[in-house]
Amino acid sequence: MAKNPMELKWQEIPLGFVWHQPKSSLNNHTGSWRSERPIWDEQHCIRCGVCALFCPEACIRTDERGYFHADLDYCKGCSICAHECWTGCIKMKPEEA
Amino acid sequence: MGKRKGVESSIALADSAAMCRIEAIAAYPITPQTHIVEHLSEWVNDGHLEAEFVPVESEHSAMSAALGMSAVGARTFTATSSQGLALMHEILFIAPAMRLPVVMAVANRSLSGPISIWNDHSDIMTDRDIGWVQIFAENGQECFDLVPACFRVAEDKRVVLPTILNFDGFVVSHMIEPIEFWTQEQFDAYLPPFDPQIKLDVRKPVAMGAVGIPEIYYEARLAQQNALLNAKAVVVEAFAELEKMVGRKYNLVETYKADDADAILYLMGSLSETAMTAVDNLRKQGKKVGLVRPRLWRPFPTEELVAAFGNVPVVGVCDRALAFGHEHHMVAQEIRALFYDAPHRPKLVEFVIGLGGRDVTIGDMEHILNRLLEVKNGAPVGPVEYVGVRK
Repeated sequence: MAKNPMELKWQEIPLGFVWHQPKSSLNNHTGSWRSERPIWDEQHCIRCGVCALFCPEACIRTDERGYFHADLDYCKGCSICAHECWTGCIKMKPEEA
Repeated sequence: MGKRKGVESSIALADSAAMCRIEAIAAYPITPQTHIVEHLSEWVNDGHLEAEFVPVESEHSAMSAALGMSAVGARTFTATSSQGLALMHEILFIAPAMRLPVVMAVANRSLSGPISIWNDHSDIMTDRDIGWVQIFAENGQECFDLVPACFRVAEDKRVVLPTILNFDGFVVSHMIEPIEFWTQEQFDAYLPPFDPQIKLDVRKPVAMGAVGIPEIYYEARLAQQNALLNAKAVVVEAFAELEKMVGRKYNLVETYKADDADAILYLMGSLSETAMTAVDNLRKQGKKVGLVRPRLWRPFPTEELVAAFGNVPVVGVCDRALAFGHEHHMVAQEIRALFYDAPHRPKLVEFVIGLGGRDVTIGDMEHILNRLLEVKNGAPVGPVEYVGVRK
């Protein structure tokens, strides 16, 4: 497994910032930009998946029970999922400062 | 040795680029241009050069197209000037970040406004910090000689950076001069075929131009800074090989009668040719004056400049563009910074001259050199002098 690019020293940056490893953009953990996170209320969630369909980061996935969760490495807290949710079961919770 | 012929400098520069066997040309051949890409279109149209000639709709597109063509591994060339360079500005930074060794000729000309198409250095001073290797040619012969040197430096595996060849608009670009052409064999011996270090290839996919989030952008920029600083040694090599090939010696810093001088004038571009005549005239009067000018501008040849100035008591600096809102203009700022850590700090006298194509005469240069000698003899330095302006 190649070194995580986000740990490279400047001397190790590949020539021209060219990336050879497929999926290396997964190392960009843009979730750190988030100021709110989506919280699903499983009492009201009907597991329809509209949240996952609308997620612009495609970072909402189901667990083994079929309920939805955001991958917080990439979720930027845009709240589109909460806006689109049919049952209104997603609430945005501010991140702790 | 090749033939010597009377030819316009920008035509000779285009011939030189063609003889470098360039494979791709991005061209936006309208004002503010020189004859360079126009002449290259004739090379291609007449079947003498097998290159992709891409006419685009703006200089922003010209530089974008140049990067694309370089990214697939083509030896890529373009040329611009003045507003054209300004319109490229955004893309100019991306070329060295992506380490694409495009070579571009820039006929240095003033920026609007007022609207001007004449010679000064406002265009390139604005693009000083774009991260390209930057070299200055002072006459037509140097334009011809230095195009292959630029490709050699740009494409060297130890550099892999785009390179600009600066030369003065009109007073060099549109001037007919006797220029000694290299033979094609000399070009081929001096400049090996392009072996791209970075290449878009469907069989070996890569991601180019990726986002650099805060966790990695800083490291990427520092890598680029060090790549450019390290290019200096390769420029020295390229100049040494050039001398072996055609017998003309180029240095990172050029001097003229500076060794024993009481006062040295620092200037950039073709003004030096006028200044050399003025130096000769003053030397005949027993006045010990000399010149220093950068051949290589980026990476900045700090050690070589400090050595060239030596222990001279007075240095004059000529700026050909204004740093609006600052008392010291760009070239003066650089030379002031140079001496801050130098073992010897001379008095610095600043001049602005030749803005927007205002003629610079031998008399103007003699005035400047005499002024430096006055300072040497105790006259106050005073603020920057705007030579040749009506007041």
